Amino acid sequence: MSKKEWPLWEVFIRGQHGLNHRHVGSLHAPDAEMAINHARDVYTRRREGVSIWVVQSKDITASSPSEKGPLFDPAESKTYRHPTFFDIPEEVGKM
Amino acid sequence: MYAQLVKSEGLKPREEMSPEERAFQDRVDNGEKIEPKDWMPEGYRKTLIRQIGQHAHSEIVGQLPEGNWITRAPTLERKAILLAKVQDEAGHGLYLYSAAETLGVSRDELLDKLHSGNMKYSSIFNYPTLNWADIGAVGWLVDGAAIMNQVPLQRTSFGPYSRAMIRICKEESFHQRQGYAIMMKMAFGTPEQKDMAQDALNRFWYPSLMMFGPSDKDSVHSAQSMAWKIKINTNDELRQKFVNETVPQAEYLGLSIPDDKLAWNEEKQGYDFSEPDWSEFFEVIKGNGPCNRERMEARVKAWEDGEWFRDGLNAYAEKAAVRRKAASVAAE
Repeated sequence: MSKKEWPLWEVFIRGQHGLNHRHVGSLHAPDAEMAINHARDVYTRRREGVSIWVVQSKDITASSPSEKGPLFDPAESKTYRHPTFFDIPEEVGKM
Repeated sequence: MYAQLVKSEGLKPREEMSPEERAFQDRVDNGEKIEPKDWMPEGYRKTLIRQIGQHAHSEIVGQLPEGNWITRAPTLERKAILLAKVQDEAGHGLYLYSAAETLGVSRDELLDKLHSGNMKYSSIFNYPTLNWADIGAVGWLVDGAAIMNQVPLQRTSFGPYSRAMIRICKEESFHQRQGYAIMMKMAFGTPEQKDMAQDALNRFWYPSLMMFGPSDKDSVHSAQSMAWKIKINTNDELRQKFVNETVPQAEYLGLSIPDDKLAWNEEKQGYDFSEPDWSEFFEVIKGNGPCNRERMEARVKAWEDGEWFRDGLNAYAEKAAVRRKAASVAAE
């Protein structure tokens, strides 16, 4: 009995309304073409999408949880990047 | 519950925890999701593999009793609907295997363990579906009981498991409603059809109650799993909730729950009801239910008969990759 497992793929679907492709899950398939076929069967049975991307899981580089601090902490103190940081007087109107 | 009697760890008191374990427990207590690359106690990882694996196996084996009726459905519409439901179950199994795989086990390993009898699936799927009314009862009661368990699990602490549950719950409600629709058709049909519906309820009632697992008084592993938020409610809580919701649905159908002791208890705002026969439950878990052997034989046969196809696709993928490489070298 051959023990070669089908590789793992990550599946991204774009919904009807022009939003980004979004990660929906993963699946096993021998190649990209079959991965698309499986993704269609598994993740779009209820008209969830109009476009599918697949990429082998091993080709994805992810940030590591231990880097969370250095990567994301700097954004915490920069509240001026949000519009609500600035008080605009009411008489100026909607801005 | 699709995962019964999952072996967990003994509850570890806080003062015995390592600093890492304490930080982990704090994250769980704060409602943070644990993701695959995060540090986690070994027991958490192992218990989750067992629980998610058992849950996935239940989805896959659960296709068999219903698949039996796809070719025998009474109308083309019913057939298409049942086909869609059984296809959903395959998808649910797949989402769950994917979630388990993020914990460092492969799907083929899990399937091997199922086929060799080293991992279990829900006891409910070892009961036969004898006639069309059973398909109604399975959708209504079995999927109903599964939903009862899966809705709270959407809030489970492990991110991939929680996301799989959210997706499954979205689809599962169709399953229960299609079952109830079959029951309505039969219960409001001819007297013979109504008898069949009653008979199906009689046979599936107690096995459905067993799905939640034995009483928590006897469950040694619940406490740690609940502290880790991989179990959200106790088995008894979920069973009570299921009975409370199902009794009025049976009343609407004009069917009676096969339990003389069933009575509304004003004080607890719930029904009193008889416990299922737990010795039967343990026999079924041990492999001595009416259909254990048949289910496992069907599973193993499907896996072995599909091997040439899986291998063929692998061989094609390898050849195509070599061809692509040769073409790109030639182009340079």
